[in-house]
Amino acid sequence: MENDIAIPGWKKWLEDIGDQVTFFTRFIRNIFAGGFEWSEFVRQCYEIGYRSFTLVGITSFIMGVVLILQLRPTLVDFGAASMLPKTLSVSFVREIGPVIIGIICAGKIASSIGAELGSMKVTEQLDAMEVSGANPTQYLVVTRILATTAMVPVLALMGDVIGLFGGYLALNINDHMSLSLYAKKVIASLEYSDFIPAMVKTIFFGFAIGFVGCYKGVNSSKGTASVGIAANSAVVTASLWIFVIDAIAVQVTSLLYYS
Amino acid sequence: MDEKETIAPQKQTNGKSPDEIVISIKGLKKSFGSKNVLRDINLEVKRGENVVVLGRSGQGKSVTIQCIVGMLTPDEGVLKVLGSEVSELDEKELKELRTKIGFLFQGGALYDSMTVRENLEFPLTRVLKIKDQAELDARVEEVLEGVGLADAADKLPSDLSGGMRKRIGLARTLIVKPEIMLYDEPTTGLDPITSREISELVLDMQKKYKTTSIIITHDMECARITADRVVIMEDGVYIAEGPFEKLQHSQNKTVKDFFKDVS
Repeated sequence: MENDIAIPGWKKWLEDIGDQVTFFTRFIRNIFAGGFEWSEFVRQCYEIGYRSFTLVGITSFIMGVVLILQLRPTLVDFGAASMLPKTLSVSFVREIGPVIIGIICAGKIASSIGAELGSMKVTEQLDAMEVSGANPTQYLVVTRILATTAMVPVLALMGDVIGLFGGYLALNINDHMSLSLYAKKVIASLEYSDFIPAMVKTIFFGFAIGFVGCYKGVNSSKGTASVGIAANSAVVTASLWIFVIDAIAVQVTSLLYYS
Repeated sequence: MDEKETIAPQKQTNGKSPDEIVISIKGLKKSFGSKNVLRDINLEVKRGENVVVLGRSGQGKSVTIQCIVGMLTPDEGVLKVLGSEVSELDEKELKELRTKIGFLFQGGALYDSMTVRENLEFPLTRVLKIKDQAELDARVEEVLEGVGLADAADKLPSDLSGGMRKRIGLARTLIVKPEIMLYDEPTTGLDPITSREISELVLDMQKKYKTTSIIITHDMECARITADRVVIMEDGVYIAEGPFEKLQHSQNKTVKDFFKDVS
């Protein structure tokens, strides 16, 4: 095709932005279009939430253990070993827990959605759904995005609890503290301003993971290689979005609570 | 076109006029970049007629039926399906038109996360909004028996062979009782025996459901079995059309090339 005009990169980028806006508009319109796919939504919540629980739990537990083991020598040097529960709980609940769990979910969920929908595109299942007069956006996209938006905060909450429990076990390697005292110290050190903004940002993390996964999958090219590209691209983009959302959330939280 | 033959064998057409034109294509053009895939397509399909489009790969056969169902928008030309100009339909009207058209994809395009039963129920519950389980079961059983796979309802698509997937794909399109069927290479990738079975099934289903069909293929046996009329496509235009038997004796070189292995 010697007469084809090469499209500059910035035009492609703008086109992609336009496509994402269109995709987002279609998603919003289909939420309120009626005939919500409740059974598929519940199935996706199970797939996304329950099936990610083990990975999130193990990762959070290890993070709790590692953080205590890393923090202890420094705090002991300053004679502040008693501050370990507070330091862990504030850092874990505010920042480390949501971001690590967000990244884990981006890796597991966004790639899975991207690959699944990409594969459906390649095998013409999306086309088949569309030409049959059914609504693939409502059945596949709306349910997945809403399921990730609902389940990532739940996973983050459970991850926080498991991470803090891991911290408790690690603390008892060198020191002795009862579980009830540890729990009291953790609860006393946490305020609503630690907990609520962290949970709110995980809602946005969940939305970003679902949106990017669906967008990359539905817009993948035809051909088997594109399935891998869609999955990979979904992980990279969703992970990047998690850091961007986190940076914005930290700024907004600082303005609201600490200024 | 080098050859034209008016064919209109009287067929069963569900009580509607057999002379009614259900698909009318005039001057259809479609390009992708600098490649002109459809250059000037003209075709009329009467109710109850089976039209087979033959052509080499990459000639734009599938693009034509994708335009018919509104998956692609033509650059130029008039394309009317059941009296509606497809490019002028809004989203809702297009969706409504699509409920009257069945499209069988090359690989069957079964939803691989669903069982055969769920695949078949999907268009019934989402498109026709049927909620009554007894009616769903009756329709599923009817089409499964029709395609000879009555015991496959609870299987997953991954458990089915290529021929079975095509049959289930056909069942899923027929379950909504469409007026028009579009087949995109229904026998590609199948062994000769299964290809023949699928071709005969296409014909049986056409008789049973009284559909109007366009069948895209380069399988001459499929064309011979299913066609009321054959259209031959080359370089984005139809170069010949007529009954299979007539084209078989054509002197046109391209047409002869297609039919040279047909006994």
